Order: sequence, then C-alpha cells, then structure tokens
Amino acid sequence: MFRYIVRRLLQMVLTFFGATFLLFALVFANQKDPIQALVGERPVTESQRTFLTERYHLDDGFFTQYWYYLKGVLTGDFGTSLTGRKIVDMMSDAWPVTLRLALIAIVIAATFSVSAGVYSAIKRGGIFDNVSLLLTLVLLAMPIVVIAPLFQLIFGIQLGWFPPTATRDATFWQLLLPAIVLACIVIAPEMRVTRTAVAENLRADYVRTARAKGLTRMRVIWVHVLRNSLIPVVTLIGVDLGGLMAGAIVTEHVFNIPGVGFNLARAIRTEDGPLVVGFVSILVILFLFINLLVDLMYAALDPRIRYE
Amino acid sequence: MPGKAPWKMVAGAAAIALLAAGCGGGGSDDTSATSNTVVIGIGEPQHLIPTNSTETNGAEVLASLFYPLVDFDAQNKPITVAAESITPDAANTVWTVKLKPGFTFSNGEPVTSDNYINAWNYGAYGPNAQGASYFFDKIAGYADLQSTDPDEDGPKKAPEPKAKTLSGLKKVDDTTFTITLSAPFTGWESVMGYSAFYPLPKAAWKSEGVLADGFEDAIIGNGPFKLKGKWEHDSQLVVEKVADFKGTVPKVDGITWKIYQDQQAEYADLVAGNVDVQTTIPIESLSKASADLGDRFKKSPNSGFGFIGFPQYLPEYKDLRVRQAISMAINREEITNQIFLGSRTPATSFVSPVVAGYRENTCGENCTYNPTKAKELYTAANGPKEIKITYNADGNHKAWIDATCNQIKASLGVNCVGNGEPKFADLLTKAEKHENIGLIRLGWVMDYPLMENYLGPLYSTTGSSNYYGYSNPAFDKLVADGSKAATTDDAIKQWQAAEDILVKDMPVAPIYTQQNVYGYSQKVNNVEVDLQIKVNLYKIEVVN
Repeated sequence: MFRYIVRRLLQMVLTFFGATFLLFALVFANQKDPIQALVGERPVTESQRTFLTERYHLDDGFFTQYWYYLKGVLTGDFGTSLTGRKIVDMMSDAWPVTLRLALIAIVIAATFSVSAGVYSAIKRGGIFDNVSLLLTLVLLAMPIVVIAPLFQLIFGIQLGWFPPTATRDATFWQLLLPAIVLACIVIAPEMRVTRTAVAENLRADYVRTARAKGLTRMRVIWVHVLRNSLIPVVTLIGVDLGGLMAGAIVTEHVFNIPGVGFNLARAIRTEDGPLVVGFVSILVILFLFINLLVDLMYAALDPRIRYE
Repeated sequence: MPGKAPWKMVAGAAAIALLAAGCGGGGSDDTSATSNTVVIGIGEPQHLIPTNSTETNGAEVLASLFYPLVDFDAQNKPITVAAESITPDAANTVWTVKLKPGFTFSNGEPVTSDNYINAWNYGAYGPNAQGASYFFDKIAGYADLQSTDPDEDGPKKAPEPKAKTLSGLKKVDDTTFTITLSAPFTGWESVMGYSAFYPLPKAAWKSEGVLADGFEDAIIGNGPFKLKGKWEHDSQLVVEKVADFKGTVPKVDGITWKIYQDQQAEYADLVAGNVDVQTTIPIESLSKASADLGDRFKKSPNSGFGFIGFPQYLPEYKDLRVRQAISMAINREEITNQIFLGSRTPATSFVSPVVAGYRENTCGENCTYNPTKAKELYTAANGPKEIKITYNADGNHKAWIDATCNQIKASLGVNCVGNGEPKFADLLTKAEKHENIGLIRLGWVMDYPLMENYLGPLYSTTGSSNYYGYSNPAFDKLVADGSKAATTDDAIKQWQAAEDILVKDMPVAPIYTQQNVYGYSQKVNNVEVDLQIKVNLYKIEVVN
C-alpha cells in the first residue's frame, strides 16, 4: 500500500509538469494583446506599453517565459498577475471559499443521491422511482447557466429564503443556495448510477444467501448491498469534482463569490497568463489527489482490491 | 483501513467537511441596520493609486478618500475645492495653484505643495507605467519622462528617460505651486478635476519616486473618509468618516464599497435590500426595475457617447454621400427605445450633451432617419453592395449592431452584417493594419467636461481614439486654437466651428448618448449620480 502511494505521488509530479506545460502553451497561444485587454477600450500610451511589456516579460519567447514561470513555482513564487497583485495572495483569498462551496456541494449531492438512489432501487417501478427519474432528467437537461440565476430569482429574491448573494467570508447559510445549485449538476448522474448498481446487486446471490440466513432487510441493503454498489458512485464523485469546478465559474459569477471560478474567468478574459496557469496548477494538484483518494477508497470498499 | 463500516467513515468525513465549511466564515458583525452608513455597489477597482486609476470603480472609491483641487458645478464649470485659488497667467500657460491652509491627510500629515508635485511626477514618469499618465502630457517636460523601446520586440531594453521630474512643476511655498504647460490651454483648470491630480502623503513613498509596498491596499488620502482596514480585493472596501474634516462634511458616517463581479447579482442584492445604491442597473434587469423599485429607480445624464466610425482608408466609404446615406438609414429612436429600453438617447451631435458648448442637432439632416433620401444618395454614389460593422463581442454590442444592420438593410436594400471580434484589442489590431473590417463600433466617456475632450481624442489627426484615420487640418487647427483661446467662451466658439466641419465631413455616424440608470434602497435618500457615474457622497443621506 505504501509503495503504491509513493509510486502514485511520483507519477503526479510528471503529470503536474506535463499539465502546466500544456496549459502554458495554450495560454501563450491565446495571448494577443494583454495590455490592451487590461485597460479595456481606453487608449494605451506608447511608454506605458513599453514598460509593462518589459515588466511582465511579454516580449520574450515561449520557452523563456515558461522558464521564468517554472523557476518561480519551484521557489514557491507563483508570480505576479498582470493587474500587479501577487498571485499567491489572490489564491489564498480565493481558494478557501471555493473549497467550502465545493465541499458543501459534494456532501449535499452525495447524501441526497445515494439515499434517493437506494430508495428508488428498492421501490423499483414505484411512484418515487418514476418521479425521481423524471426530475433527474429535467435537472440533467438544464445547464447551470439556467439553474443558477433561476434558483437565485426564486429562492433568493422572490421567496427570500436564502440571501441572493454571498461574499468571501460567507456563512454556511449564504453558501447553501449556491452549493445546492452546484450539487444539482452532479445529483442526476450520481443518483442514477447508485440506483442501477443497487438494483443489480439486489438480485445477486449473496443477497439471497444473506436473506436466507435471516438477516433483516435493512441490514442486507445498507450493509451488504450498498457497500458493493458504492464503487462506481465513488468514482463518479471523484470525477465530478472537475464538473463542480467548471460549474463554479458560473455559480460564483451569479452569486458574487470571489473564488477560484471567478478568478479563472477574469484571468481568461484579460489574457492574464500567469493567473490562469497559477490557478489551474492548483486545480491539477487537487484533481490528482482526489483521484488518488478515490482509488484508495476502492480498497476500503472492496477487500478484494489490493494495492501492491 | 476500517473495512467493516466504510459508510461510517464516509458519513464522518461528510460531517467534518460540513463543519469545516460552515465554521470557516461568519463573524461579520452586521450593525449597518441601525448606523448612519450606506452600502454602495461597485466593480473591483483596477487600481487605487490615483495616477493609475482610469475607470469608474476606482474613481468612485477615490472620490471618498480624496478631496480634489477642483470640482464642477451644475453647469460643469470648475469650482475650487481643496484649492484656495487657481489662476492662469495672461497666456494661459503658467497656472498658480494656492492650496487652502489647514488641511491634513487622514494620517495627520499636513497637505503641502510637495504632496501634489511628487504624486504627479510619479504619475508622469514613463517606467511607472501609470494608466492616467497621459493627463500630464500637457505639462512642460512630459516628453523627457518617457522613452520607448528602440527595437520594438527586440532584445534591447528601453533606455531610462532623460528626466525624473516634470520641469513644469515648481514649488513656491508650502501651499503654493505653479504648473507650466507646454502650450497654452484655457481649460486646464477643468482637467485638474480628474482623479489623477490627487496628492499623495509622505507615507506613500519608500524612497523618492518609489511607492511603499502595500500602500495601494491601505491608501491614505486627504478626503472626508479614510479606509478602515485594507482593500479586501473582490470583496469590499470600508471607509469611515475622518474626524474634524476641514472641508465639506458628508451626511453619512461611513460607506461600504461592496464589490460585485456581475451587475445582475448586484441588482438582486439591491432588490433584497443588501446594497443601498446601484449606479448602473444592467440592461437585463431594466424592464422590471420600475416595478421593483418604483420611484427609487432614476435616470440622469452621463458622458457616454456611442458612434460608428467610417474608416478613411477604405475606398468604398470615401464618397461623402455614402457616409451620409448610411447615417440616415439608421433609426436611432428605435434602437434606443427597443434595444436600450430608453436608457440611452439618440445622438444628434458630435459631442455629448453634458459639455458646455454642446448644441442640439448639429448633425442635422445627416443624423435624422430618412430611408428615402438615404437610398437616393446611396444609389447616386454607387455605394458598396455589402456593409460590415465590426464590434467587440465582449461588450454587449451585438444586439444593437444587429439591429442597426437590419435597418441599413431595409433602408438601403444592401446586405449588412455585424462582425464580432472577440475583444476590443482584436478590433484595434485589425484597424491599425488597415484590414477591411468595415465600419467600426466605438464609444467614448469623457475625462474632463470640455468639448475638447471629445473633439481632440476622437476626431483630430493625432487623436488617441481616432481609429478610423480621420484627418482634416482645418479641423485640427480650430481645436488647437480653441485650446489656446484667451477665455472659455472664445474657446467654445472655436470648438463649435470645428464641430461644424465634422458635419460636412461625417467621419462618424453618432448613434446614442448614454444615461445613468440607477436605483437605491429604501434606507437612503438624496441619491445623485454624476456624469462620470459616481454617487454624490456629500448629498446622500440615510432615512431616519
């Protein structure tokens, strides 16, 4: 197990460098005139252009720029955004609120989809099963750009149940509505997968054996069946993290949360290369770790899986 | 691993996660409900160093932290505020500024001439790359503070400029200094109303000409409010009243500048009562604003001016009749009412109505919707079979450009397409290379309330925003003469004569002038939004 983790960590280092290199190349290719993008429609003076270009090494070649960046990252310095702020400061401002938002969303999505999935698998073909099928289809069909403003309008403004926007140091209560919106994009697939897995396992031989042994129905379902059904769901939750981050770009915009998604959107808009690469680098690391965690969860869920 | 009960582990992890997520925040004590403070929504300012700030959000915050040399009255005439007097010499070249005595920065430092001179020198010095440095280009010695890269993108670095300080700025004594301009300029006093001309305290400098680290995040000004804590980027800026302020004292005790990324989110908060003033209600929310806000939904003029430029380098628009025909083919009334829902008004002149010297309908027949005459002119001039209007797609222009195109199609019977470039920079690059991008969608917001601030940048040969290459020496001369004129009234006469030339040349088709569409909560009263989309901080008050 230990050796497996070490090997995975070493692979991560390679993946990390590969990913940032690719990213840097993409951002570099997209960068046309970041100085003009910075000031919008105002004219830029010649002198200002000259000195900003020098300050941010914008006139250097791709590999030189990448080298500057790499050198910075290895010494813990993510560089300076084109707006003049330290990227490390921007990240320490943005990450906490986004992580909290994502955590709440994951917990809401997992809790709801697993319990509803199990229930509809047990009552297969019943009213709950059909209604939930319909609802998840509707949810699946609605992109987050529709759900987010809609929920804000209905629950935030018209009904007034939740605050319509949140800030950086938002309370749990302020983050709840955006988290529910985020959860909506992953609930549908997670619930359907749970339902299918549980329904399949309910017909398995070991379930009949367990019932024959006289175990209660509850224990059979929640201990034996669920545990065997969780593997695909856990995989899905790990992958969904990426979806949540992509969804955060829209959700954070609508609910005014100055987190990762917002910073990324702004960085892309203003062609702020160092900022994009800085934030996505951390995203890459996060993604790698979550997937390692998911792989380790398999072993916990299914004793037959062993890592050497 | 506890293989027996994985879900317990999962549930435990979930509980911890929720707890962690829930506990992280909070603690924001909400006392605003009873106190005499207001919350005003803004976007994230780009910069707060006055000489680097060129957009509304920064200007709004700076207006609370600083006290300007001059401000403007209802007729947009400059009035002295922090200055006791501002007097030009007979030639309008040397301006003497006398400061009111007794003023201090919020950290207790007295405000002296040095504070102005040092701040302006910093702003004008090329290597500091300050966004508003062009405001100082009329002061003598500005050129010596600039330098450009000798080989553009090559390996050579730009040489250090010849001088570090403007030769045109001279200290007379602690409260008096003189500004020598490189050429006479009647309207100089108005220019100094811009935020780039605020002073900076000694505390701002690490050494001469070098800003102290972190000063921008904890900026200190000479205004009625001071920053409480630091600039919380993307979140908020809280300012509180300065005790014993010598100038005009505002009626509120403090302002929270709440930062929004999205105007629709801000509008949601305005309706919910979480923000007290929104200076710009987005077009998506305009249709319901009257219903949501009632008489707390207001309009007031601002300086925005939108137009379509005819590139002079494209042969098909060389004929004046073609330009006239296209301008006449556009129904401005319909666009401002249907697309902008009355938040903009049809433009009938080449400058905005907010500046002194504006005359209504100078464009006359050329800007009046007349499809029959347009068609006649267009056919007679044998205008191009296809018209293209290029706009930047990230600026919400698609709807009105498409509408304009449809009107042109209907009026002239030729094809017209709207062509969206991803960003404004893309549009500029193509225009500079003289590529055939057709007509160009452009806009202008003034820096200081003078006709010259429209005529100079937009239509003079060397104008910074003259992207369509219009050049008429007679026009240039009239604008320059106006700037040199002895009195403001003389200046206006020359500038109006210059505008008359534009009517004959039609370098652009004026389309709309903008308005502020703002709203406020039930908690506040006396809310005014000025020409530069700033809330009047001295009038706003909290309803008891």
